[in-house]
Amino acid sequence: MDSTPDLSDVVRRFRRVAPASDHCTIRIVEESSISTSVRRDVPEPAARSIDLGAMVTVASGDGIGYAATSDLSEAGLKGAADRAAQWARAARGRSVFDGTAPHLTLAGRFRSSGLSEADWTLAERLDLLRQESAQCRIDDRIVDWQASLWTVRVRQLLAAAGGEEIFEQHTFAIPALHVAASQRDRTQVRSWGGRHNGLCQQGSAREVIERGRFVGSGQRTAEQALELLAAPNCPSGTLDLLLMPDQMMLQIHESIGHPLELDRILGDERNYAGTSFVTPDMFGSYRYGSDLLNVTYDPTRAEQFATFAYDDQGSRAHRQYLIRDGILMQALGGTLSRQRLPQAPWDGFVATSRASSWNRPPIDRMSNLNVEPGTSSFQEMVASIDNGVLMQTNASWSIDDSRNKFQFGCEWGQRIRGGRLAEVVRNPNYRGVSATFWRSLAMVGSASTVEVLGSPFCGKGEPNQLIRVGHASPACKFTAVAVFGAEN
Amino acid sequence: MKQQFLELADYAIGQLRGTEALLTGFCGETSDFVRFNRARVGQAGSVTQAFLRLTLVDRGRRLNSTLSVAFEASTDQAAIRRAIEAMRSELPSLPVDPLLLYATEVNSSNRERPGQLPDAEEAVDCVIAAADGADLVGIFASGPVYRGFANSMGQRNWHRVDSFQVDWSIYVGGSHDAKDKAVKSTYASGTWDAGEIARRIDAAREQVKFLAERSRAIDPGQYRAYLAPAAMDELVGMLSWDGVSARSQRTRQSSLQKLVDGEMALSPMVSLRENTADGMAPSFDDSGFPRPPQVVLISSGRHAGGLVSARTAKEYELAANGASEEETMLSADLDGGALPMSDALAALDRGILVSNLWYLNFSDRSSCRLTGMTRFATFWVEDGRICAPLNVMRFDDSLYRMLGSELQALTREREWIQSRSTYGQRSVESTRVPGALLSSLTLTL
Repeated sequence: MDSTPDLSDVVRRFRRVAPASDHCTIRIVEESSISTSVRRDVPEPAARSIDLGAMVTVASGDGIGYAATSDLSEAGLKGAADRAAQWARAARGRSVFDGTAPHLTLAGRFRSSGLSEADWTLAERLDLLRQESAQCRIDDRIVDWQASLWTVRVRQLLAAAGGEEIFEQHTFAIPALHVAASQRDRTQVRSWGGRHNGLCQQGSAREVIERGRFVGSGQRTAEQALELLAAPNCPSGTLDLLLMPDQMMLQIHESIGHPLELDRILGDERNYAGTSFVTPDMFGSYRYGSDLLNVTYDPTRAEQFATFAYDDQGSRAHRQYLIRDGILMQALGGTLSRQRLPQAPWDGFVATSRASSWNRPPIDRMSNLNVEPGTSSFQEMVASIDNGVLMQTNASWSIDDSRNKFQFGCEWGQRIRGGRLAEVVRNPNYRGVSATFWRSLAMVGSASTVEVLGSPFCGKGEPNQLIRVGHASPACKFTAVAVFGAEN
Repeated sequence: MKQQFLELADYAIGQLRGTEALLTGFCGETSDFVRFNRARVGQAGSVTQAFLRLTLVDRGRRLNSTLSVAFEASTDQAAIRRAIEAMRSELPSLPVDPLLLYATEVNSSNRERPGQLPDAEEAVDCVIAAADGADLVGIFASGPVYRGFANSMGQRNWHRVDSFQVDWSIYVGGSHDAKDKAVKSTYASGTWDAGEIARRIDAAREQVKFLAERSRAIDPGQYRAYLAPAAMDELVGMLSWDGVSARSQRTRQSSLQKLVDGEMALSPMVSLRENTADGMAPSFDDSGFPRPPQVVLISSGRHAGGLVSARTAKEYELAANGASEEETMLSADLDGGALPMSDALAALDRGILVSNLWYLNFSDRSSCRLTGMTRFATFWVEDGRICAPLNVMRFDDSLYRMLGSELQALTREREWIQSRSTYGQRSVESTRVPGALLSSLTLTL
């Protein structure tokens, strides 16, 4: 049911009605998605959606206004352009933006992989999901199970009234499994893929499912749920911690990604998402973590969830180090935010200002934020731990509004004793403080331990926005961490 | 948008053939959003959006398709035709849905709550003038929100709420010790009063002076605590994370499972209901069933029921009670108690005043143990008087303690709190909660 309107026609209509101003752009977004799932072996209602609309942004001096509409007729676009111009005038002279809005100076295109591949039919999807769902049903103690596949295609055209255009096309796939096992007063959940396990990538459904080895994961996930059900509680104490990539993803996201967002550092998010313990003077000298910590913003990895060529303000995106050998180097923020900190002690900016859709303006996001691999094999890291816990797959996340005091929990824990993996433990949790936690990073896994993961649900902004982010990471070892389990 | 929705619904229904049935849902809004930082204007703009959700049903099979509305009849009609044709061609390849349930008895309704909304630019002027140089950060959101439902059996439902919300924080500024401290406030209503926003911002500016005092550091441990209604709103909201869902309760994944099983109880003071009658949410669900005015979930500390969507009703042979597919509360209502709010600090005597909680999550879902942070104005209280602000602290405690063994009193007065959520669209959720006096709250970091 693709409507596939020609986005260039919309741009032509926009250019006929664009107001005379310092700068005026239109960002047209069409997002088509298909959501399918099978729960307890019964297909849930499949859902398709097509969301098409545009945001017109007008800059006048330091005033910037926007108006978004799904009415893409000439009259609809004129109404939006007039309203955006009205807001730009209203903000002029009392705006947080000291300079003028960035002008689009580049023209470009981007296509993610998998776009040319035909979508599976609904029947093909449901066959695949029913097969994995049936594999989950291995024991009467498995009380709930669900296999799902969510695919999204996005076309975006960012165009200036003056003639520059940037066109991007992306396709995303998110396969997932959720299995719950219960006996007497205990219930344990084990998941695969999806938001918690992080198998959220760009590419066709077929590509992502093959890369993630979805087929056969149902039985394995159900077996692990039963293992957790029988497992002892995670012990409490100060222990060494081996975080696998699907928990590193959350750790990077919450205690490196968010604190480095420029709009938090500038105070824009203080009423909702929060501020940051990081201040502009820290860049270039602050020891964020041990010498082993290297963090990059990397929009170039083809399969990663937030790979793109240009951000939503039209800036070209490049791979850059944010933390090098443990030292904080660079913040996450687009050109508009960077202009607001002219004295900041770092060069340039990171092009990562993005909007969740056509109905929200771009804000500073983390996009692909990765920990670079080190040199330790998984076996070497386990062998180095005398008394510790391996944790896998995020289940709980909470952190203070300056992104410092955190407490995270995982689905899966495994004791490490005397340099060997020992019994599985349930309800593993740990807590710490960002400003000191990363300094306890003692070993970084080699490339063989790296997984390319992501999440479709990074929330912030007023009005609120959910956006896709990617995190690639190796397994990492931290020393002397406060670890604990469930009540009983 | 009502007329546009009804015309589009009629058009879509007019495309049906033979034994087909159609359910049509609608959500739309016309909103102004203005962000503030340091009492200056950040992003300022307007959004007009609407989405039509079509569910085609034929011979026990169903498919859903959601479209953004272009507000241009020929464009929208073409999109509807394409969507219905695509669903029609795919339906035969799908299995019969054994859990399909939708309203066949016609229950039409029309609920419109028109308001007196401010001119957005004048509202911005008011906020900036009232801040008068204070470090104010926040958002103004305003405009009508629409929900609709229509089906091929002839049912038509319409719901419109006009509302605005100014949600802001005023920061202390100055020394590093004080720079992250703020008072948070909200002014939400359907009728704008420029004098009221000025009074509320003024009150916040007065309160923030308390925060400029040197912070007191306290060690992790257990402390007497008074949780203000905004903090209680966060606690109660966590029960929408599968706690009150009948599906979660039936699959033993509810955070309230021990309450459901009768193994644990909350304080007899605790009674919780879904109160559609007094909320902002529509009185109909996505399948066309009417929502009862009230659904009792917890009565005098004991489990009393769950939120049952149409699908769960069919799966577990329960009576549907108008719950959304996610089975979350849209109009949570926690009974008040006997403690006058004005006596709350005196009753606390010595302990912590928690104005807001933040970033809650389950640290042990089976035991309904929650963790989260204090945020904004949190104070150390002695002899019933505020002594000093506290730095942010992490709590980690069970709801069976916080609203069970450790609950000493709920305030007589309650606050109605309109959801601030604007993910994708402006929310129509709200809660009505009292403050709570706890004999102990466990702080861990």
